[in-house]
Amino acid sequence: MTHLDGNVLAGPLSELFSVDMTVAVGRCAGCGDQSVLASAMVYESGPDIVVRCHHCDDVLMTLVQSPDDLRVEFRGIQMLRVTR
Amino acid sequence: MTTTAPVPTPSVWKVGVVASVHTETPTARSIMIDVPGWGGNLAGQHLDLRLSAPDGYQAVRSYSVASAGPGERLELAVDRLPDGEVSPYLVDDLQVGDELEIRGPLGGWFVWRPEQTGPVQLIGGGSGIVPLMAMARAHAASGSTARFKLLYSVRSPHDVFFAEELASLASEHFEVTWVYTRSTPTAWPTPAGRLTPAVLEAATIPASENPAVFVCGPTGFVESVADWLVALGHPAASVKTERFGGK
Ligand SMILES: Cc1cc2nc3c(=O)[nH]c(=O)nc-3n(C[C@H](O)[C@H](O)[C@H](O)COP(=O)(O)OP(=O)(O)OC[C@H]3O[C@@H](n4cnc5c(N)ncnc54)[C@H](O)[C@@H]3O)c2cc1C
Ligand SMILES: [Zn+2]
Repeated sequence: MTHLDGNVLAGPLSELFSVDMTVAVGRCAGCGDQSVLASAMVYESGPDIVVRCHHCDDVLMTLVQSPDDLRVEFRGIQMLRVTR
Repeated sequence: MTTTAPVPTPSVWKVGVVASVHTETPTARSIMIDVPGWGGNLAGQHLDLRLSAPDGYQAVRSYSVASAGPGERLELAVDRLPDGEVSPYLVDDLQVGDELEIRGPLGGWFVWRPEQTGPVQLIGGGSGIVPLMAMARAHAASGSTARFKLLYSVRSPHDVFFAEELASLASEHFEVTWVYTRSTPTAWPTPAGRLTPAVLEAATIPASENPAVFVCGPTGFVESVADWLVALGHPAASVKTERFGGK
């Protein structure tokens, strides 16, 4: 299955955070890799999105979108850091 | 050092109005849109575009912005996928005066800022030229003397987006190399063929000069090019990618 880059998360995550989260550094709970969300692998299936670690392939988070809400599960992100 | 301080991201949907459309290739066109409250964008950013059907069904797609800088008018360039849900509408049916729901500008990673002075290698496949075009335009508009090189892979001379403008942008600071994958212009020195690691190495700024590299296009193209670049010695952190989807 084809994938996109974490860049594409900028729009959906803007509904949750006030700054661009694609330049935020996340730590993968699976392998400890610390990378910007922009470099994660994004798999889309209709309005649902699975975000995987580009290093170990573990699921970092999932986004489930419906007309009424956006549900984000931070399944494999241990830490998020933004530059001020 | 590149500043990576997060840019604010607007979460509200704005309404844009199509100001003009222009045929770029037999399958693609550029679209000028006026978006009140847009507030300008960095070179390389994208937007989300939402279409709603009368029955309430909605489709959202991301499109790179081909323009850069301040102002409320922006440019997109969209390639039609034959079996696509959204792109055939944008390329064939959308008319001047039509309204579009837009969220953006989005993304602070795949961007070039005029205060960056180091060498930059742009590598685009097909419609992947769009955000790179914004960078080339920002480079020219800012009078930047940073070394810019573009490697542009297209099927044939008919499939080139922004052909005239790219030719006019060429300068001692901006060099374009073409790769034709299916057919070449007449009397072209090399036969048509896919981009190879050897051509990539010969046509791009070497890793020893530590360029910032931006790769954009269909997912398969980006995947191959990014792997080859790392094999050529570019640090993975210097290679920024924007996958458009597809194979
Ligand atoms: C950050 C970002 C920026 C983008 N910028 C641009 C842009 O500037 N110009 C542009 O034309 N497109 C761009 N795209 C691609 C765009 O978002 C859509 O994917 C594209 O227009 C197809 O949408 P569709 O609804 O017509 O096709 P869909 O109905 O979504 O898909 C139809 C079929 O085509 C396949 N497919 C989907 N996307 C592609 C693709 N890109 N190439 C080949 N096959 C594909 C699908 O797997 C499916 O089988 C961008 C994508 C991203 C993530
Ligand atoms: Zn991991």
